[in-house]
Amino acid sequence: MALLEINNLSISFGGLRAVDEFNLSIEQGDLYGLIGPNGAGKTTVFNLLTGVYKPNEGIIRLDGRDITGKKPIEINKAGIARTFQNIRLFKQMSVLDNVKVGLHNIYRCPPAASILRLPAYYETEKKMNERAYELLSVFGLDKEADSTLASNLPYGRQRKLEIARAMATNPRLLLLDEPAAGMNPNETQELMDTIHYIRDSFGMTILLIEHDMKLVSGICEKLTVLNFGRILTQGETKKVLANPEVIKAYLGE
Amino acid sequence: MKKILSQMDQTSRNDFITYGMVIGAFAVISILQALGILSSQIGGLLVPLCVYSIMAVSLNLVVGILGELSIGHAGFMCLGAFASAFFTKCVGDGMPSMLRFVIAILIGGLIAGVFGFLIGIPVFRLNGDYLAIVTLAFGEIIKNVMNSLYVGRDANGFHFSLSSANDMGMDALNGEMLINGPQGITGTPRNSTFLIGILILLLSLFVILNLIHSRQGRAIMSVRDNHIAAESVGINITKYKLMAFTVSAVIAGFAGALYAHNLSSLAATSARFGYNMSIMFLVFVVLGGIGSSRGAIIAAVVLTLIPELLRPIASFRMLLYSIILIVMMIVNWSPASRAFMEKHKLNRFLFKFKKSAGKGGK
Ligand SMILES: Nc1ncnc2c1ncn2[C@@H]1O[C@H](COP(=O)(O)OP(=O)(O)OP(=O)(O)O)[C@@H](O)[C@H]1O
Ligand SMILES: [Mg+2]
Repeated sequence: MALLEINNLSISFGGLRAVDEFNLSIEQGDLYGLIGPNGAGKTTVFNLLTGVYKPNEGIIRLDGRDITGKKPIEINKAGIARTFQNIRLFKQMSVLDNVKVGLHNIYRCPPAASILRLPAYYETEKKMNERAYELLSVFGLDKEADSTLASNLPYGRQRKLEIARAMATNPRLLLLDEPAAGMNPNETQELMDTIHYIRDSFGMTILLIEHDMKLVSGICEKLTVLNFGRILTQGETKKVLANPEVIKAYLGE
Repeated sequence: MKKILSQMDQTSRNDFITYGMVIGAFAVISILQALGILSSQIGGLLVPLCVYSIMAVSLNLVVGILGELSIGHAGFMCLGAFASAFFTKCVGDGMPSMLRFVIAILIGGLIAGVFGFLIGIPVFRLNGDYLAIVTLAFGEIIKNVMNSLYVGRDANGFHFSLSSANDMGMDALNGEMLINGPQGITGTPRNSTFLIGILILLLSLFVILNLIHSRQGRAIMSVRDNHIAAESVGINITKYKLMAFTVSAVIAGFAGALYAHNLSSLAATSARFGYNMSIMFLVFVVLGGIGSSRGAIIAAVVLTLIPELLRPIASFRMLLYSIILIVMMIVNWSPASRAFMEKHKLNRFLFKFKKSAGKGGK
């Protein structure tokens, strides 16, 4: 059974059918790419998957469980975490605390224990710190993580911090919305290695949106191409990228 | 001392300085008082200073940490004041005065907290900035209700009315007025002392600072910084908004109890519990640097003391007061002075700054 199964997903904004009869099947461990020209509906698919929008039609199943129309919190608890195209960090909080917010539902401690500083508080903080630093080091963000505000990180590192924060929730499926946007070629290369690394060593399943074709062809094994809300084609990366229709859609004939 | 400080991490050090500031101020003032140097004018201000500091810390939790606007916080203080004074009046001499006062304070906090919770439930379910308008209305309603509330007690038990004392149906000869409309509650014993005020302030700081630096506090701040992202990592937004707001209301209730037991006659006048007061608390928080409990306390103390100290030169009072307000504003918020403070690490000792560089963004 596929980890993620989307059937006939559609949503309209006013008269615009932003996503139209979208289908997708992702297996455990896949590194899957969702591409398409600007305004094709890629981010809208993510918003539908994570409960930000409710679909007009269609079914979303995670590991066989129907999660269609559930709220963002429930979807995160079910095992989907995401990053945002327009970075959404907790800007006034430290890099470390951003990841610790991601660990909120992993390590628990009741409010009374927090306020009274009972042993449970120190245990939770210790576990959270260990796990947070472990994740941050994967992205090379562990140095001065406690004393740097998220908003003071350079752009590329902010994107990495968002991935670390999403990973902190222990997702089964990770959605990355244009993770390389705003990065220079070096950073992009580094990011590609990191994405590979988290797939291999954390056993993560990843669905990513990206415009950078070098990244897409470099790491995605399968692709779905969206155009005007509809699927243009899907399948193995090489075949998809060789498809003349895809080339046409991108060159915008 | 320096060594202890340097061993702590940044946040515990910051909290330590805040507690130290309060305890230090208490020690200095106690010594001055013992030496007889302190004027009676200042002596009379000590409890109100504690009350306003507690209100500033309480409101800072909502405005600075949760990022919601409450402009009716005087309403929670009013509830705490009346609930606690009512309890004290009912019990009378049936209990040792210290125990009675402690229970009265807890009741003040409880009642204010219950109202905070009840207001929060509908408001925080909506997405949007409805808290400001709802709390504004709440503050005024509470004040007006307290002004028209009559409660009496006779052999048959309690009697209530919202129109006049005669409507209560109380045995006028043998009954006792507990809350008398616009006159409020009279004859409350003056149990509040500077020491108790400082202890409640320290307790409030303990609760709020510990909350902020915990799993719950991070959840609250994440909602402030980006509620969409907070939801995406599984934070229950409504729950944490409610938690912060309720804790803040409880603490405002404590402040009200302290306030009520510093006055022998408690009436819900506009000067005490009107929206002007709520706005003043908001000014404390804003001038204190939004998000800094220490800054809020400093602002509360400075802005309460100045008008009093300037009384002798009455004609220039408001002028000087305005100038000081403006100077504080500039020192606290102008980019140049913030950069200066940051560079010289002065921010640690004065107000807390947020280094929002505005990179990335939407
Ligand atoms: N909340 C909304 N209300 C109205 N229209 C919307 C909304 N969200 C998205 N759209 C529209 O849906 C279409 C698809 O938008 P979407 O953001 O999914 O595109 P995208 O493929 O992510 O594009 P890009 O590569 O530029 O990020 C666009 O025409 C957009 O204007
Ligand atoms: Mg997009």
